[in-house]
Amino acid sequence: MNNLNELRAKCKEIYKQKLSRPRVVVGLGTCGIASGGDKVMAAIKKEVEARGLDVDVDFTSCIGMCYREPMVEVALPGAASVVYGDIFPDKVAQLLESHIVNKKPVYEWAAIQIPGEATPYEGIDIMEQSSYYGKQVRSVTSRLGRTNPEKIEEYIATGGYEGIEKCLQMERQAIIDEIKKSGLRGRGGGGFPTGNKWQFVYNTPGEKKYAVCNADEGDPGAFMDRSVLEGDPHSVLEGMMIAGLAIGADEGYIYCRAEYPLAIRRLNLAIAEAEKHGILGDKILGSNFSFRIKIKAGAGAFVCGEETALLNSIEGQRGMPRVRPPFPAISGLWAKPTCLNNVETYANVPFIIRKGADWYASMGTEKSKGSKVFCLTGKINNTGLAEVPMGITLREVIFNIAGGIQDGKKFKAVQSGGPSGGCLPEEKLDLSVDYDSLTAAGAIMGSGGLVVMDETTCMVDVAKFFLNFTQLESCGKCTPCREGTKRMLELLQKICDGKGELKDLDTLERLAKVIKSSALCGLGQTCPNPVLTTLRYFRKEYEAHIVDKRCPAGVCAALLCYVVVAEKCTGCGACLRACPAGAITGEKKEPHSIDTSKCIKCGACMTKCKFDAIIKA
Amino acid sequence: MASCACEKIDLTQEDAALDKLLDQYRDYRGGLIPVLQEAQNIYGYLPKEALQKIAKELNMPFSKVFGVVTFYAQFHLKPRGRYIARICLGTACHVRGGSKIFEAAKDHLGVDAGGTTEDLRFTLETVACIGACGLSPCMMIDEDTHGRLSPKVVGDILDKYE
Repeated sequence: MNNLNELRAKCKEIYKQKLSRPRVVVGLGTCGIASGGDKVMAAIKKEVEARGLDVDVDFTSCIGMCYREPMVEVALPGAASVVYGDIFPDKVAQLLESHIVNKKPVYEWAAIQIPGEATPYEGIDIMEQSSYYGKQVRSVTSRLGRTNPEKIEEYIATGGYEGIEKCLQMERQAIIDEIKKSGLRGRGGGGFPTGNKWQFVYNTPGEKKYAVCNADEGDPGAFMDRSVLEGDPHSVLEGMMIAGLAIGADEGYIYCRAEYPLAIRRLNLAIAEAEKHGILGDKILGSNFSFRIKIKAGAGAFVCGEETALLNSIEGQRGMPRVRPPFPAISGLWAKPTCLNNVETYANVPFIIRKGADWYASMGTEKSKGSKVFCLTGKINNTGLAEVPMGITLREVIFNIAGGIQDGKKFKAVQSGGPSGGCLPEEKLDLSVDYDSLTAAGAIMGSGGLVVMDETTCMVDVAKFFLNFTQLESCGKCTPCREGTKRMLELLQKICDGKGELKDLDTLERLAKVIKSSALCGLGQTCPNPVLTTLRYFRKEYEAHIVDKRCPAGVCAALLCYVVVAEKCTGCGACLRACPAGAITGEKKEPHSIDTSKCIKCGACMTKCKFDAIIKA
Repeated sequence: MASCACEKIDLTQEDAALDKLLDQYRDYRGGLIPVLQEAQNIYGYLPKEALQKIAKELNMPFSKVFGVVTFYAQFHLKPRGRYIARICLGTACHVRGGSKIFEAAKDHLGVDAGGTTEDLRFTLETVACIGACGLSPCMMIDEDTHGRLSPKVVGDILDKYE
């Protein structure tokens, strides 16, 4: 068998060369580009050329601090590398002038620094000690924002493809045993032990088997798979190759949602590069193992994130779930034994093989090992991507890493696990983040989206939002999900419209239980969770809607009442002119008033008022 | 027996491209969805005649092709705008006022969700998450993602797409 030693030495040399040169690196993940990263890139190139600077301009993926995008890293040889946040094109000239020409960082723009072996600058947070990264472990995300994802050389130079090289020397059962020993569980939400899944596929007799990667990340509020695919596509390919080798598959599919064009582009590039170097394809590294990977772009159906629906979609059918058993491990893609894992699960595999199962199992809790990537979104100060050890508390994630609630407002709930998950209140903040604790609390780990809500969020409205989503995405195959979600949504709408009755809450709970126990697939079985958890933890808010006909958070339009604060009103008449219903009356320079029977609750008066004299009550 | 209507269609440029596409996928397992995706790229939408041809050439019933087309949100049976503006109404965007962004886009373009402007410049859609939650509220115009929006800037961004 050939080994990668020669190629690796060459790659390391290229990478060393890169690090020894002055360079400016722009974060060009989807989030960076959406914030204007490509325009910053163009401005930097122009400036470098105009001044004739001796500096390399390169790009990387998202380092995880989405709230500081666009981010630019500046590094001089022998000095600490500084990552700047909020760098827009108008800041480029000053940044280059100061840091590259005068060799002085712009301290007030710096987010973090990565000293490596150099002396750190004083007054800039060191990445590992910063409030955002201090409690994180970076394993799956270690290359994100650090290497150029479109260069296989940088992947190989940083330990890439050592895993598959090592596995090619191992017995197939030994690979599976190593994954079992690591305690890795499915990162897509279910949390099924990965090693056991591989064992089932390995044990199923058959000439033809498949390894499939679920990259149909559809949960609103989750983008860790996109970030990994965009930032470290080779790690997913390597994970799939190792799975393929272990279970005896020679073909793999990545089912990626079409809404991720950049991820698909970088994956295609990664596949082409790996094939060019003989790492992917026929007789990999001269061994008897052949493996090919194809990409299938999804066509816009949330239910295709469910494993059997995904397989139907790859086969070119409607993405409707199949009845299980048989499980895909026995009869999957084209009725062949199929190993199906999520992006983050596969991306973990090369690290486990390279660093050993014991290293991996040393992180986390007794039953949830390793690290998990979370997407922090909603009403928090620091939105972004964070990889944390399992067992960390929600409080640490939300108040330390995510920097607490925006605008000094009060925390109300955190939604974990997307439409299949639940909303947890303040008293659950000290819960350990692991599969079993979250499930016990009524939420789920899910893919890892954490949407934080503050006091201005209405929990009934949130429950309605999720149910509206699942009702639209229900494929229609089984009755409990198709009809049940519709009925539940009607009840929630009724409550939000102020027409609810207390008995509706019992009906909601009963419907939820029936759907949970009788729906065909994971989508249906989990979709009542947002309603059940809000009923469990925020029942008072439902009751306020029903009994007092009041929405405490001031969200549900039908229950709102706009009133004028007489002390603040100057009588300017702006609201009177803005009101489309003629509900506002008042003399000039005298406090106005709103006739609630005429008011259509459009909020136009409140938007127009310059004196904050109109409030929702 | 009546002859199949698709034989009467003129061979326009698009039809030639479809022929080429079908040649590529004739023996490809599970090729229906990629064929539909690429056919939609060719025509901009999926005309009935093209679907009939795909069904015939891939040797499957028209009902199956139609079933797949109507199952997935990505496929369209009517002509679409040159640009597709997709406003994200996912959880993170919802919490941060995504519906106001949608209203602003709706007012600016004068069409509702799923609608296409008369000049065929824009089709307005909603999407349940584009994975840019860190920048919510956000929208996508074709493959460009725009984040950290406010209702005020939506019109200006849309106007940049001629």
